[in-house]
Amino acid sequence: MAPRPVASRTFSYFTAPEIAFIDAAVSRLIPADELGPGAKEAGVTFFIDRQLAGSFGRAETWYMQGPWKEGTPEQGYQLKLTPAQLYRVGIQGIDDYCQRTFDKKTFAELGAGDQDKVLQGLEKGEIELAGAPAKEFFAILWQNTNEGFFADPIYGGNHDFAGWKLIGFPGPRYNYVNEIEQYGKPYTQPTVGLMGRNASTRRG
Amino acid sequence: MATKLKSVDVVLVGFGWTASILAKELTDAGLQVLAIERGKFRDTVPDFATTHIQDELRYAARGGLFEDLARETLTFRNSLDQEALPMRHLGSFNPASGVGGAGIHWNGQTWRFLPTDFTIRSHTEARYGKNFIPVDMTIQDWGVTYDDLEPYYDKFEYLCGISGQAGNVQGKIQTGGNPFEGPRARGYPLPPLKRSYATVLFDKAAKDVGLKSFPCAAANTSQPYKNPYGVQMGQCTYCGFCEWFACGNYSKSSPQTTILPALLPKDNFSYRTLCDVTRVNLDSTGKRATGVTYVDVQGREFEQPAELVILCAFAQHNAHLLLLSGIGEPYNPKTNEGVTGRNYAYQITSSVDVFLDEDVNPFMGAGALGQAIDEFNGDNFDHGPLGFIGGGYIALWTTGGRPILQQHGAPEGTPKWGGGWKKSMHENYLKSVSVATHGSVMSYRDSYLDLDPTYRDVYGNPLLRLTFDFHDNEYKMSKFETDKAALIAKAMKPRSVKVNYREGHYSILPYETTHNTGGAAMGSDPKTSVVNRYLQSWDVSNVFVMGSSVFPQNHGYNPTGTVGALAYWAADAIKTKYLKNPGPLVQA
Repeated sequence: MAPRPVASRTFSYFTAPEIAFIDAAVSRLIPADELGPGAKEAGVTFFIDRQLAGSFGRAETWYMQGPWKEGTPEQGYQLKLTPAQLYRVGIQGIDDYCQRTFDKKTFAELGAGDQDKVLQGLEKGEIELAGAPAKEFFAILWQNTNEGFFADPIYGGNHDFAGWKLIGFPGPRYNYVNEIEQYGKPYTQPTVGLMGRNASTRRG
Repeated sequence: MATKLKSVDVVLVGFGWTASILAKELTDAGLQVLAIERGKFRDTVPDFATTHIQDELRYAARGGLFEDLARETLTFRNSLDQEALPMRHLGSFNPASGVGGAGIHWNGQTWRFLPTDFTIRSHTEARYGKNFIPVDMTIQDWGVTYDDLEPYYDKFEYLCGISGQAGNVQGKIQTGGNPFEGPRARGYPLPPLKRSYATVLFDKAAKDVGLKSFPCAAANTSQPYKNPYGVQMGQCTYCGFCEWFACGNYSKSSPQTTILPALLPKDNFSYRTLCDVTRVNLDSTGKRATGVTYVDVQGREFEQPAELVILCAFAQHNAHLLLLSGIGEPYNPKTNEGVTGRNYAYQITSSVDVFLDEDVNPFMGAGALGQAIDEFNGDNFDHGPLGFIGGGYIALWTTGGRPILQQHGAPEGTPKWGGGWKKSMHENYLKSVSVATHGSVMSYRDSYLDLDPTYRDVYGNPLLRLTFDFHDNEYKMSKFETDKAALIAKAMKPRSVKVNYREGHYSILPYETTHNTGGAAMGSDPKTSVVNRYLQSWDVSNVFVMGSSVFPQNHGYNPTGTVGALAYWAADAIKTKYLKNPGPLVQA
């Protein structure tokens, strides 16, 4: 029942071009800046790889029976694609689009300004991708990026508690009985994760 | 060919809150009771260990305690002219799977409905006239009154160790409680939870705008507590991982922490897990249940005979089973005839995000640590000039500050990602709270449950189909409530607020509440209800239905308090009336 932290940083699902895309995309979604590390530095690419290689990527607890029809926005996800398939098809489609539009450059080869333009186009559904709806792809990419930045480090992201330190979340602590009534007093205990204080730098 | 098993006195479908209550009460009465649960066994030790339960990705983002939709889901559409499509992953609501049900992963917000809620149709007609109720609004009186249920609300509250401040004890209004609540015989078993900073700020702001706020009643124990079954609970430590997580501290009320230690050792109680009930079996007359059919983890089919069948599955699952089993005429929205599946309802919520200029440590909290006002709930206010029915409480809850999913929004104009978003998270996380409205949803001709024509579960049974949207009445009411919430929010003197009105159609994502109700409505008239005032099926007198399935409409409070009270009320009726004289308890 106890969690098993990821032991090494070997990618299981993404290919090299996909890693390049994800690294570049998450660097724009949550950039490194004066406030601290961004998503790439926090290990979000590796986090997403692990998720897609596992039960989330395979949509194991989703209802994936057909028929598959295009629903209203209120009816939610109706694709036949699992999350893992959606990433594969989506990344290919985006790189194809970029190479057609930006002088044979893949997304990872673009400058930050153009990368942001592409991401905004995907977010709004203004870019036509072959094989996957752009909006759906962007939505899952942002969801997983946010998760990877803020989940416990045992899942491969939030390296060195980058996400938690950015916002001031002290980690999964179990007891604030005394502190909860100390109004206005900052909480100054060191950040911890499920595996303890040095969680994200521990090996194995 | 199903293998037929030895008969039991009572079979319970599901093993969550209502099954645990019924099992304890009926085994105490000497009956042999079997609970059949589709999910697995779970308990505080070892499954909810404090060392690993606060894992937001595993439990909140990936739904570690929730239903597996690959096995069964429902289909959804807003209106009859659409085709319903499967809810392919969880969004709007999070039902559970496993022993303890949603009673393990709820927040613990525990309320009583108002006296006028139980007689909403007759009360509304008397005060505002028959024409005040829209023609397609199918609200009805419950068939029980608040006074009928008061001793059973008390019983559930003392089972759980609810931490709260009573507002009305035997007709005397109590300082610091909810002055609008119905009268209760005695106060809560435990005092309110400690106040977080944000709830103190809300309380002051509410007072400044002339509203009477009070601490919300919590199924998170403010002190160690031994309940009437002799089960010992701990004291909440404000860890901020209540909703969607299980409590490893014995301080959130659940079947595990309040009933199972007293129930499981009993010789006349047994349970089976990883078994899916697929049918309630009826005899050739169709008026008597002979038991249930279920499929076990290996895929083997069994017939479990029983004298009494009680449906204790989550909300809409009970309606699904009734439809699959042919109990009650299925509701037809076009003709307005039939009963099984009618009057599905939900909750309409909205919020005002508040960006303060001081740290409020949102990560310290508890599931039901909140401060609320009730002036605009039920018929506590004059609806005449407003032109809508219903209402809700307005509260500031400090349930936690979990970083993935409890980001409490961002000020107006904040980018949705990138450097600007990151800066906003850095500047606002410690200083953000929300004032939430929690509104009623009435019943309507076109809000209902039936069987889907296309999609099936793993057993080949048709999925349940949900047809539901919000109506003008609810949008109007919600706007009124949201404006009141904004009033209080602004009186907290924040840097800024962001008002999130409820707009657009009801959507199957994102998450709203797990307050699904209806489909097996209770009432006095078999033409508009599936069960009578004792939760007994009108059609099959040895079948009872529990849970929010029986709500004829949903009122402006979280449902679990009323679910628990009704379970005790029904248990009492079975013990003192039904067992002495099996058969219909109410003449149709």
